[in-house]
Amino acid sequence: MIVVVDYGVGNIASVLNMLKRVGAKAIASNSRSDIESAEKLILPGVGAFDAGMQTLRKSGLVDVLTEQVMEKRKPVMGICLGSQMLGMRSEEGSEPGLGWVDMDIVRFEPREHRKIPHMGWNEIVAAQEHPILDGLNGLDNPSRFYFVHSYYMSPRDESNILLSANYDQLFTAAVVKDNVFGFQFHPEKSHKFGMQLFKNFVELI
Amino acid sequence: MLRKRIIPCLLLKDRGLVKTVKFKDPKYVGDPINAIRIFNEKEVDELILLDIEASVLKQEPNYELIAEVAGECFMPICYGGGIKTLAHADKLFALGVEKISINAAALADLSIIREIANKYGSQSVVGSIDCKKSFWGGYTVYAASGSVDTKRSPVEWARALEGAGVGEIFINSIDRDGTQKGFDTTLIDSIVKSVHVPVIACGGAGAVSDLTDLFEQTNVSAVAAGSLFVFHGKHRAVLISYPTIDIASLR
Repeated sequence: MIVVVDYGVGNIASVLNMLKRVGAKAIASNSRSDIESAEKLILPGVGAFDAGMQTLRKSGLVDVLTEQVMEKRKPVMGICLGSQMLGMRSEEGSEPGLGWVDMDIVRFEPREHRKIPHMGWNEIVAAQEHPILDGLNGLDNPSRFYFVHSYYMSPRDESNILLSANYDQLFTAAVVKDNVFGFQFHPEKSHKFGMQLFKNFVELI
Repeated sequence: MLRKRIIPCLLLKDRGLVKTVKFKDPKYVGDPINAIRIFNEKEVDELILLDIEASVLKQEPNYELIAEVAGECFMPICYGGGIKTLAHADKLFALGVEKISINAAALADLSIIREIANKYGSQSVVGSIDCKKSFWGGYTVYAASGSVDTKRSPVEWARALEGAGVGEIFINSIDRDGTQKGFDTTLIDSIVKSVHVPVIACGGAGAVSDLTDLFEQTNVSAVAAGSLFVFHGKHRAVLISYPTIDIASLR
């Protein structure tokens, strides 16, 4: 069973909807025992970094999540703010992140003709081969995903970069470190491309 | 690079989808759930669903219907109509709506924008502006589904909405609504040039070339259209469609 961590921030209904669509058994929960018995975890999130981290800390779930992800090595998928929270810190605030991936979250600098937030559909470029990307990014039909963000992930170790995208500069659109996945975009709102990604995550062993 | 967005804008009235002309004469075009299933299959970029009578009739959003709609949408959806309080917004976000569009409530009190943006982030709030050209050639902002002239300048109002925390501006030309005579480029360009947030333009799209022209002529981030995606031919037979445009032309 997949547990979507319901700590009070994030579009949980859409994530559950997509999981149901790909035939996965999933629940939204904030209970420790559900998280302990989950096979896989999804960490959603929208809004500001500090607000998200504070709410997650207040939920009292940080230690059980860290244990399940870092010790039990359960696959976890962070989405949008949830992916940024996997890092060390963010230029958006002062709260420390979860620190599961060695990366900082940095701001898109304002540039002429570049509207911030980066909002809409953008194509992704794979930085490495990985089973989570199976069936995505055919050369004649590049995968596109729906993004909404003003800050992006900047991993210190390039081997953690899974996907990149271009917004007047190349930036990291997804990270991977062992069992930890972070997607800056919203796969739950990205049609067949998002469905494929969820399917791959569900089938991941 | 980021693709320009093309967004079907669907109008809701009494559980049915309608299409207006200059904000009047709503014509029934079909069942919302059915239409959304079709748009879903066509992999549209995003959907905007506006309840055109909720605010006028002082009703809350139809949560039951919106839940059903959100459950069918595997793309971002923006809902507008009848949202007056943070509690209304809470309910909508919990149903799986990504963005909410605020129009009448902001004209009454801008603080609603700040409250929602503080809790859910700017990206979740769209500031919606209905505009009409005055007899003298200038534009003013209209309230109550186009029936009341607020005498506000669209540019100043767009800046005020941005200052209050909206993440996008939705600009709708009442004069062009449903006419399929092309966008009001002057109006749209004036808004795009005066705010930093993305702008969605609506009102007047009659052909795919209207969309591509607007993208070439202005730095608008998205175009929305109703008639173009629900009517077919000069007799305006109801037929749901969505253009497939060469991606390169939309960069």
